[in-house]
Amino acid sequence: MPRVTAATVEHVARLARLSLTEEERETFARQLEEILAWAESLQALDVSDVPPMSHPRDGGALRDDEPREGLLRERVLEQAPEAANGLFRVPRVIGG
Amino acid sequence: MSGLVGLDASEIRRLVAAREASCEEVARAHLDRIAAVEPAVDAFLVVSPERALDRARRLDAALAAGAAAPPLAGVPVAVKDILHVGGLPTTCGSRILEGYRPPFAATAVERLEAAGAIVVGKTNMDEFAMGSSTEASAWKPTRNPWDRGRVPGGSSGGSAAAVAARMVPLALGSDTGGSIRQPAALCGVAGLKPTWGRVSRYGLVAYASSLDQAGPFARTVGDLALAAGALFGHDPLDSTSATEPVPDLARALEGSAKGLRVGVPWAFLLQGVEDETMARFRESLAALESAGASVSEVSLPHLPHAIAAYYLVATAEASSNLARYDGVRYGRRAPAARELRRLYGDSRDAGLGAEVKRRIILGTFALSSGYYDAYYLRAQKVRTLIRRDFERAFAACDVVATPTTPTPAFRLGEKTGDPLQMYLADIFTVPANLAGLPGLSLPCGLVRGLPVGLQLLARSFDEETLLRAGAAFQKATRHHELAPPV
Repeated sequence: MPRVTAATVEHVARLARLSLTEEERETFARQLEEILAWAESLQALDVSDVPPMSHPRDGGALRDDEPREGLLRERVLEQAPEAANGLFRVPRVIGG
Repeated sequence: MSGLVGLDASEIRRLVAAREASCEEVARAHLDRIAAVEPAVDAFLVVSPERALDRARRLDAALAAGAAAPPLAGVPVAVKDILHVGGLPTTCGSRILEGYRPPFAATAVERLEAAGAIVVGKTNMDEFAMGSSTEASAWKPTRNPWDRGRVPGGSSGGSAAAVAARMVPLALGSDTGGSIRQPAALCGVAGLKPTWGRVSRYGLVAYASSLDQAGPFARTVGDLALAAGALFGHDPLDSTSATEPVPDLARALEGSAKGLRVGVPWAFLLQGVEDETMARFRESLAALESAGASVSEVSLPHLPHAIAAYYLVATAEASSNLARYDGVRYGRRAPAARELRRLYGDSRDAGLGAEVKRRIILGTFALSSGYYDAYYLRAQKVRTLIRRDFERAFAACDVVATPTTPTPAFRLGEKTGDPLQMYLADIFTVPANLAGLPGLSLPCGLVRGLPVGLQLLARSFDEETLLRAGAAFQKATRHHELAPPV
């Protein structure tokens, strides 16, 4: 079983766009290790010929690709923390 | 308490259809009841009297003009705050969605409203449906109407408590790993988790998409069938919603348990059901037998792995689904972040609670490079093994029965410090979500004054058998008539 340290949690938190406090990192590392130790029972099962199940449907769920009305832009933008000129506003990402 | 409060949905509909009560009178009576007991229970995040009374009056006007009464005419309903209701906020129990007003409504809610139901408010829940006690709500804990020092279960604890406390006869919840059945059991009401795909997920905020399913709470199986009749069926707005035909569920209620084959996975149950809870379960099996069912043992050898598989699959999906809460398009944004990455991180850090962060971390870990095969992929394969277990079991029985939970409701604060213990509370409910099966929890008696539940599971899309078995059980017992002391 992999050892879960505060550094592991820090790495995963970065992937998940979470910052976390030092205290959170340590608590989560301890709890994660406990949960993974419990989940270790899965490693003993022989699943070599077993297909993975991603969802309960037997077939796909494709539909025809036909254009239809979506949500009204103004109504959607009303919910944005910041919007301008019909767009979501975020801090500058290109240039200085 | 008004004479209109405490009635079943079907009785309310009958009174409204016969013009013996108006929808407005029914709505007012339930709003008064909510005002009286809500301070003791804290089931609601929002109560919406104006909206409810307006809708009730409009339905009254239509009925007065000669319109036929729809199947849920005038029935007050509470909606878990994970489903969008037109004109009302959705927070999902999270600070990150504080102030959010969805620009669209959930199909499940619209169908209930089209059938005449009157939404009276939105109910409390564990943040983003992640929890088994409703203590992980960012706003407040909900109290169990049977004992205010105990949890109502979760994550749909507000909806279960509202039905138990006679604030509404009907409520909507969602069930990803037991979040309808477990609180139904702990609050002493009936809860139905339909087959995955039966009810549209459009407007149901996603936690783990391959497991999430909305469904009703009520006190009787008849009311669950009434709600299911409105809720079930394909929705073009959710391409994963099922196109399977919806049977006449009212007919299921007239059937008996005669010839019903009940399978019990004894080997799995004997390791960890509290004694009194087990006694109520055995009595329930005896009641089903006396109603004409036969009970035999079935083998579900992979169930001991269900919790581990569930928490890996569910958190992996959650880590992906919750990536959308980034402070850009809706919800709360951390103020004064001058750089985009900081804006994401600060908004998420401030807006999400500890349990949600824990699950995002676990799920991201299970999906991350080097661990994907050992955790996420392996859990998906174990999911196949669990589904196969059920397929084999259902060759020999029509429903599988277990206690819904291993114990009655635990105390507030008892498990909040130990996430693994909290996860283990879901041991009997998660298998149905992994396999996609429909499940029902029914009140089956009290343990030291607290309700516990009988869980029945059936084949995919066979809610008819499930409801028939449930109706037969309620004909043979009176547990569902017990009311909490609030």
